[in-house]
Amino acid sequence: MSSFLEIRGLSARLAGTGQRLLRSVDISLPAGSVRGLVGESGAGKSMIGKAVLGVLPKAVEIIEGEILLDGQDLQKVSPGERRRLIGAKAALIPQDPLTALNPSRRIGPQITDRLVDILGWTKARAAARALEVLAEVSIPEPERIMRLYPHELSGGMRQRILIASAFAAEPKLIVADEPTTALDVTVQKQILKLISELQARHGTALLFVTHDLGVVSKVCDTLSVLYAGKVVEDTTVERFFAAPQHAYSSALLAATPRHTDPSSSLKPVPREVTDAVAAEVAVDDTTWRPNGGVRG
Amino acid sequence: MMLLRQTVSRLITTLITLFGVAVIVFVVIRVVPGNPIAMMLPPGATEADIERLKTLYGLDKSIFEQFVIWFGNVLHGDFGTSISTRQPVLSLVLDRLPATLELSIIALVMAVAIGVTLAILGTRFRGRKTEAGIDVANGVGLSVPDFLWGLALILLFGVLWPVFQISGRVSPRLELPFTSQFYLFESVLRLRFDILADLLSHMFMPALALALPLAAIISQLLKQSLKETVNLDYSVLARTKGYSETKVILSEALPNSILPTLTLVGVQFTFLIGGTVIIERLLSYEGLGNMAIDAVINRDLPLIQGIVILFAILFTFVNLAVDMTYAFLNPKLRHA
Repeated sequence: MSSFLEIRGLSARLAGTGQRLLRSVDISLPAGSVRGLVGESGAGKSMIGKAVLGVLPKAVEIIEGEILLDGQDLQKVSPGERRRLIGAKAALIPQDPLTALNPSRRIGPQITDRLVDILGWTKARAAARALEVLAEVSIPEPERIMRLYPHELSGGMRQRILIASAFAAEPKLIVADEPTTALDVTVQKQILKLISELQARHGTALLFVTHDLGVVSKVCDTLSVLYAGKVVEDTTVERFFAAPQHAYSSALLAATPRHTDPSSSLKPVPREVTDAVAAEVAVDDTTWRPNGGVRG
Repeated sequence: MMLLRQTVSRLITTLITLFGVAVIVFVVIRVVPGNPIAMMLPPGATEADIERLKTLYGLDKSIFEQFVIWFGNVLHGDFGTSISTRQPVLSLVLDRLPATLELSIIALVMAVAIGVTLAILGTRFRGRKTEAGIDVANGVGLSVPDFLWGLALILLFGVLWPVFQISGRVSPRLELPFTSQFYLFESVLRLRFDILADLLSHMFMPALALALPLAAIISQLLKQSLKETVNLDYSVLARTKGYSETKVILSEALPNSILPTLTLVGVQFTFLIGGTVIIERLLSYEGLGNMAIDAVINRDLPLIQGIVILFAILFTFVNLAVDMTYAFLNPKLRHA
């Protein structure tokens, strides 16, 4: 089966220092399936999401590899074409709903803008579609909400709106960049459930960036474990939780707090494991340092 | 209700400010050396002549008494009579005000147009040579004062390449069918584009000289603010939707960056109006500022007072207008 998103041998580095950020990353995501990207801060999981959506920071340059979106190599098309291609076929559910909506624009246009400007829908059709998706994410009184400004809504409401906006254009791929990290614990669960339901109903492929293995077990089919910009394990969720293959994966899994046994203490990933995986990943690479990654 | 209370308190502060300005101006111009009587009398006038004129203009009374009489008249709308021209101050000043207002507004429009364009270009091409060039231009614009720009422009567009009018407000040969002093405004209304062109040709240099320093400030501040805003989450989200960099700057970043810039423009606009005094003199533009310098040279006390009060009223209105625009543009304030 051909994948909707196919990343092959993707390497990236920081333009100034030459520090490696991604090392020959391979990821394949069949249409309609969910892949988790897990790893600690600076492992490069967000960087992969940004590369797929064409919004890498200017300081980051791709050295080699290809990103195939629906069979088209994003590195081989013009920047304008790449933008429109991504805008039409992929969407982002951002991390922080408080900063991801433009404070000086009303909600309605922030959902319909892509439909009208990039996909060429009529305004009426786009507005009807916006009402439809807002209802789908259980926003009460969508007509009224569309006329409001972001500051008039709660964080949970704003994240629902961003999810609705991501699904509005019926994209084949959605990148969710830690979509629950900035939310209240009580809201997190609802939002996670909502994303899962919408993904299943629309048959969207989902790239789920997170550091929360609990979330992965609920939402994902497959996952890639990253360390220092390298995929150290590519596996299915069942196999990962039953028997992780890589030493780092086992240590990461062991470090997850267990609420079933409050007396057990937190287990950090042991130094021997990180040293070993660092040596394995960063052979002959003097630019690499632990926790030296680029934020975001 | 909220709005009413704000407006009333605003009005009261404005009146207190204006009273303070009136007191300061009145006292200062009487304390500094030089007196109007000496300017009016021919050489060889006797002590008796001087005393007679002093009594006539009430200058023999104490400053406090003089102020009470003058301020009482002002409250009745009587700003006194100009000593040098023997005409009512109010009509003199109101006759010149439109010329200065038109010049200031054209200068402001130029400053905003130049400043905003440079800021957008600098953000669009950030980190490249274009931005470096704009930074240099901003630096020059900020460090050269308006009157030097005036001189440089006279040299450039008046002498080396004489395409613009170098002095005055309008060519004397033109017959003006106007009923008000708002020449620019009326020439547009009456569709007299020949006069409009002549007015703009006269206005170009003084307006540009006033505009350049302000344009540099706008450009610098707005660019800095835009460069921060284009990296915020909502700008990144807009890029993933398929928008071009230019569109992201214009529709995502600009509306959010314009607010801090607007506050600054309001403050700087009052400086620009102050700058008209020298620039109008430099280019012989018949406005309020030019008149103010004549009034000072002639020690025309009532006229100076009238002009300064008018400038003060103008400044407070500009600040009020900025605050209202701010509230209108910021949705958070509008609904609060």
